[in-house]
Amino acid sequence: MQAIYKRELRAYFTTPIGYVTVAIFLAVSGFFFSLTTLQSQTTDVSSYFTYSLFVLVIVAALLTMRLFAEEKKLRTEQLLLTAPISITSMVAAKFFAAETVLLGMLVLSTFNLIPLYLFAAPYTAQIVGNYIALFLVGSAFIAIGVFMSSLTENQLAAAVATIGALLFLLIMGFANQYIDLYVFRYLINWLSVYSRYQNFTYGIFDYNALLYYLSVCFVFLYLTVRVYERRRWA
Amino acid sequence: MVKIEHLVKRYGSNFALDDVSFTVEKGEVVGFLGPNGAGKSTTMNILTGFLSSDSGTAEINGVDILEHPLEAKKMVGYLPEQPPLYLDMTVEEYLNFVCDLKKCAYDRKKHLKEVCDVVRISDVRSRVIKNLSKGYRQRVGIAQALIGNPEVIIFDEPTVGVDPKQVIEIRNLIRNLGREHTVIVSTHILSEVQATCSRIVIINRGKIVANEKTEEITRTLEDNRRFKVKIAGPQGEVLDTIRQKPGMTYVEPLPEREGDAYAFLCESAPNTDMRKSLFYTCAERGWPILGLEPIGMSLEDVFIKLIDKKAETAKKKAR
Ligand SMILES: Nc1ncnc2c1ncn2[C@@H]1O[C@H](COP(=O)(O)OP(=O)(O)OP(=O)(O)O)[C@@H](O)[C@H]1O
Ligand SMILES: [Mg+2]
Repeated sequence: MQAIYKRELRAYFTTPIGYVTVAIFLAVSGFFFSLTTLQSQTTDVSSYFTYSLFVLVIVAALLTMRLFAEEKKLRTEQLLLTAPISITSMVAAKFFAAETVLLGMLVLSTFNLIPLYLFAAPYTAQIVGNYIALFLVGSAFIAIGVFMSSLTENQLAAAVATIGALLFLLIMGFANQYIDLYVFRYLINWLSVYSRYQNFTYGIFDYNALLYYLSVCFVFLYLTVRVYERRRWA
Repeated sequence: MVKIEHLVKRYGSNFALDDVSFTVEKGEVVGFLGPNGAGKSTTMNILTGFLSSDSGTAEINGVDILEHPLEAKKMVGYLPEQPPLYLDMTVEEYLNFVCDLKKCAYDRKKHLKEVCDVVRISDVRSRVIKNLSKGYRQRVGIAQALIGNPEVIIFDEPTVGVDPKQVIEIRNLIRNLGREHTVIVSTHILSEVQATCSRIVIINRGKIVANEKTEEITRTLEDNRRFKVKIAGPQGEVLDTIRQKPGMTYVEPLPEREGDAYAFLCESAPNTDMRKSLFYTCAERGWPILGLEPIGMSLEDVFIKLIDKKAETAKKKAR
């Protein structure tokens, strides 16, 4: 498992994809930060974090599209699947490699906040809560991306499918307020990534949401393992 | 030891494997021979746990590949049909990765050096795999299979795309490996298995056609009496004359000609050598023979022959 983790992490930065992803994230989040916080002269960072959610969609797609699709295309998966490691640890290794990059990226983006602390007194609990939430949402997104990548050998298709699925998940949460039917609204609210996210933006640590995001990770990673197990029989 | 029992693999309504069984003892080098699409790669993929069979079992040293995959996979080194190489890594990095992956317990530096020396890639160790030629990539693929010194080694068409000199080297390597390992090599070239393997398993359309000692198969093929002869003389008359010779079962004029000489394809009855008598006949008529060469059997001919032989022995038994 360590071997695959190390290789994946290395692969992010021997190909441009890792740098490009990190650069996109930092640039776009920096831009949103200056727009929503600095320019509006406020210490309220909630809209900054909401925008970051959308950036994460792109980030997750870029980080995960290669993971399985490329192995399938180049037939290198034959090496992994005939080596003495389980499918579960292979999937976990790849997931954690993407998670590591995500974590690094979030840490780097805290530089955005420096001016806030220099010139004002922001509400730290809210910021920490938001970062935790971003990481959780990002993890769920990555798990979904991992699953998409395991379905195809075309990286572009994996990325497009991931972006489509994630945007749908996000927009579902926003569109919710326009739906009249209560049952429907309740259901969507329950499923929605966004509604779960909101509590964190107020600085409240929501254990239900934590559980929700972790379950999304588990479900999609489990599905990825299943995809591999099933493919052997196909 | 490798044991395969009653493997069946279907793709849709197509049987890729139809009740395939064979055993390979420790220290044996077995050639797995068959034409394109026979099911060689499929068998090997099942044996290494990459694919699952619809029914039947595959065992490595008594360990079932489906029941205890990790244990079984530890004992196998596999070179798939297309070497599984990460193109953006250097050879060194790649082999190190494989060592990690297989949790190889040997002294890393020494082991890598040995493996690289054996397949002769020491001079390209720091090169990026993407930039290597096909033959070198194939050799890196072989190196990958040897890492960790597994007991069972499985090569799927290891000599494809390698130049003739290297082919000989790889054959020697396989023979040497056979001293301490159990080796299965697939190919569709008959002479290749004859040169390296102690036993030959022949598969065609998903069924095992033969499973015999190499000498046994070679002997079966030796009473092949097909040859091409080039005779200077009037084509029609020559054809009639040699057709009428007793012992000749089949004669066919070939389009090839050289001056006034015509080529013919001849086949004689089993256990009769027609070459001498053909020479005297032609000498009598004053038709010089310009060339005479035996024609080896194609894989297809081998199958037909082996299937015929099987049917015959079955008949004999029935009596
Ligand atoms: N994924 C697949 N889907 C459908 N049919 C398949 C698949 N893989 C293999 N087959 C079929 O199974 C049969 C056996 O294929 P296999 O690759 O094992 O042949 P082979 O003996 O290795 O041939 P070659 O010498 O060309 O490598 C072929 O008829 C092939 O068309
Ligand atoms: Mg094949």
